[in-house]
Amino acid sequence: MQTRGANTRFDLSPAIRIGLIGGIVTLLMCLIGIVEVSDARAVIYPFLSMGQTLLLIAYLLFCSMAVRRMLTVSGGALSRLWVVGSGALAGLLISVFLAGLVLIGNWINLRAVFVRASPELYRLLTFGLELVPGIIARLLAGLILGALTGAVYLLPERLRRAVVVGAALIPLLAIIASAFFAQRGLTPLAALIVFVAGAGVTYLWSGIGGPVRQRIADLPPSRQRSYKIGRIALAAAIVLLLPLSGSYPSQVLDFVGLYVLMGLGLNIVVGFAGLLDLGYVAFFALGAYTVGILTSPEIQWATMEWFGFQLTFWTALPFAVLVATLAGIILGVPVLGMRGDYLAIVTLGFGEIIRIVALSDWLKPYIGGSNGITRIPRPAIGPLDFNTPGSLYYLIVIGCLIAAFVAIRVKDSRLGRAWMALREDEDVAQAMGIDLVKTKLLAFATGAAFSGLSGAFFATMIGSIYPHSFTLMISINALAVIIVGGMGSIPGVLVGAIVLVGLPEILREFSEYRLLLFGAALVLMMLTRPEGLIPEARRKIELHKAEAETLDESGEKQITVPA
Amino acid sequence: MLQRLRRRMSGTKVAMWLIGLVILGVVIYGAINTLVWGDYTLTQWLDLSIYGIAQGGIYALIALGYTLVYGILRMINFAHSEVFMAGPFIGYYVATAMDQAGWFDSGWGSTIAGLAIILLVAMVVSLAIAVMLERIAYRPLRRAPRLVPLITAIGASYFLQYAFLGLFGSNVKGYPDIDLLKGTWNILGVDVLKTQVVVIVAAVIFLAILYVFVQRTKTGKAMQAVSEDKDTAALMGIDVNRIIVITFVVGGLLAGAAGFFFALLFKQVKFDMGFFPGIKAFTAAVLGGIGNVVGAMLGGMFLGIAESLFPNLVLDGVCKWGTTGCIPAPYQLKDALAFIMLVLVLIFRPTGILGERLATKKA
Repeated sequence: MQTRGANTRFDLSPAIRIGLIGGIVTLLMCLIGIVEVSDARAVIYPFLSMGQTLLLIAYLLFCSMAVRRMLTVSGGALSRLWVVGSGALAGLLISVFLAGLVLIGNWINLRAVFVRASPELYRLLTFGLELVPGIIARLLAGLILGALTGAVYLLPERLRRAVVVGAALIPLLAIIASAFFAQRGLTPLAALIVFVAGAGVTYLWSGIGGPVRQRIADLPPSRQRSYKIGRIALAAAIVLLLPLSGSYPSQVLDFVGLYVLMGLGLNIVVGFAGLLDLGYVAFFALGAYTVGILTSPEIQWATMEWFGFQLTFWTALPFAVLVATLAGIILGVPVLGMRGDYLAIVTLGFGEIIRIVALSDWLKPYIGGSNGITRIPRPAIGPLDFNTPGSLYYLIVIGCLIAAFVAIRVKDSRLGRAWMALREDEDVAQAMGIDLVKTKLLAFATGAAFSGLSGAFFATMIGSIYPHSFTLMISINALAVIIVGGMGSIPGVLVGAIVLVGLPEILREFSEYRLLLFGAALVLMMLTRPEGLIPEARRKIELHKAEAETLDESGEKQITVPA
Repeated sequence: MLQRLRRRMSGTKVAMWLIGLVILGVVIYGAINTLVWGDYTLTQWLDLSIYGIAQGGIYALIALGYTLVYGILRMINFAHSEVFMAGPFIGYYVATAMDQAGWFDSGWGSTIAGLAIILLVAMVVSLAIAVMLERIAYRPLRRAPRLVPLITAIGASYFLQYAFLGLFGSNVKGYPDIDLLKGTWNILGVDVLKTQVVVIVAAVIFLAILYVFVQRTKTGKAMQAVSEDKDTAALMGIDVNRIIVITFVVGGLLAGAAGFFFALLFKQVKFDMGFFPGIKAFTAAVLGGIGNVVGAMLGGMFLGIAESLFPNLVLDGVCKWGTTGCIPAPYQLKDALAFIMLVLVLIFRPTGILGERLATKKA
């Protein structure tokens, strides 16, 4: 037993506070229905549903936060009993909230206000038991889960990481398995195997990983290069073979690809040049509509006598990119002198104007109004028809590769560095001889071009486009993709698109909560890790420099915010 | 080289002015053309204007929230539209409960008391959301680079919107009919909907109270001082953190009130109802010069009126050669006006009607 004075030993307030926050968050999760909706999917059949897993994850997350907070507050000198105890306390608090919900829900009809407070939810929370035993079971479960979380922190570091990775792999694999292969998730045996394998590999790797990496680094350059080529070849093979897993996975991949393309473009505007563009959907819409108008036989123009024309996808594609690029420049001109937040609102307005105009009856004969444009043909090269999601996937991958190539090449070029200078300080950049007008317009134009390309693919992939497909939501999605991935980081776009587009696409029942999760992701990302999951090196340094400065100052000085 | 740069800048300036002039020309031409054709009677124009004033009062109340926060934190509180939505949304449940209990059919005393309670609930809920936003999302980021709090605000806006969707469902929630506010009053020979009169009067009262609060009270003066210069204000013994919280409190209260009036006018609430009023109120704030309290009030009123007149006045006449214009159903384009106006203001007078120049570099 440590003796650090009554103050540190008995100050449980951090654990209580985190437990309360966790309780509120978990309660909110239940009441918005995300727990109940995902209950249909099994993680470990038949014991653990996705809904229970979500609750479980919330418990583990908040309990471990509580334990970690307690460890930091006490300077690492927390007695073993309290490590377990603080976890158990947090877990119990979360359970109290959920038990309270069940109690109140049994007493009055909450459903009149909270539409998701259904008997199914209560049954889920009480493990299908009667009211009193159910509530006791819920409380006990919280206590035990919290204590277990605390106990994990008593393990040595290496073992702890292995356990965490093994446990995290179970739901991840279960989601993939239930989406694509089996409807039921994993069997208990499979889950056990996944856990043991994941934990085992992690445990071993944390022992030998360092030396192995060291040995690769010590290899002669020629061997290193062949390793690198091997890695790239492996990645390429995976990327190319993915659509063979079926039509539905290919469709998901197509969407991921479209967002990668858009994200790469938006990354140039927001990540490189620091111009927050919320009207990005406008260029996407323009690309899609250009392809739709030029290729669909439905539009009045196509049937006009003196003007009648109908292009193929390939001949329409350059026009789509061109129109989007021009729109980027046209939008760019009036907003040249504007500061970040004004720019955001004006671009948002631009996106909305495009949608409102497309929706109105005014242009209906030309672009379809609310009926949209249908019967957009699929692209074809000679006898090769790109009419399945799998084949379109390859087209999108080619588009992404071109975009990624451009982005990578441009990033360290004179233009790329000018963009970054612009992002950091416009006045200084101008003083250094950077042509603001040209640089900003080029950023808008490049970003818009990628978005237009993405829109063109979208139009031909879906086959029909409606104004309702081009809401602000798309801009926000693309923004979330690059922010979660890491602003300015090119691999980050890929990771962001997989996490934010692929995962919700697989978890169909979550689609309703997509924007909720995106909103939460944006806020949490900005609060805890503004540089993103895969940060760009320079940006990370910048953001953490600012942080270091904040830490330097005393709390008193926090109010002296420079205007 | 500097000269070349200046020549370039002036080139784009010219282009901007040209775009602006073309839009302005179209607007004036459309308006004159409509008036010449004279399809609408004077009463119709008056009706539209009064509707616009009521709408404008609501915009003004929301715009104040944007302007106050912007003045102090130099950030657009993107989630303010959700602050506006939350109040009347919760108020709806109080209103239906009261309706079922018969508050609104037993005399004007209980009706007015009921309306006051709903108003109070709406204001308190909006206040709570606004203060929570500040505490959880914005305060930890005061020193962060400028894009960071803005992205946080966007995220918070979406989170709140869809949390309300998840909690309370996606359907449109109809406010109960209130007998006392049905029908019209005849004011100076014009029939005006009672709800519109109530909204206009109440909005003006709120605006007046806020004006007095900001101009006369010690706290209001402290707010002005903080928005002028935080460091100096802190040196003068002003608790900047407290003032920032008060700013969010005031903004939340006004947004809640605006939301209640919105619900009175349109009799319904929905989880995404905040988006357009929010954007338009922001436009109004920019129009009046962001950071300027009186400007936000005037800007809101102006935008409300302009918006209700614009489709009939301008779009109808823009290309009218016979009985019908070339734009069928011009009201569909109503929502685009605020954005067009925003762009025009930022091109021609970034300072707004009454404000200082903030749209560009400064801050």
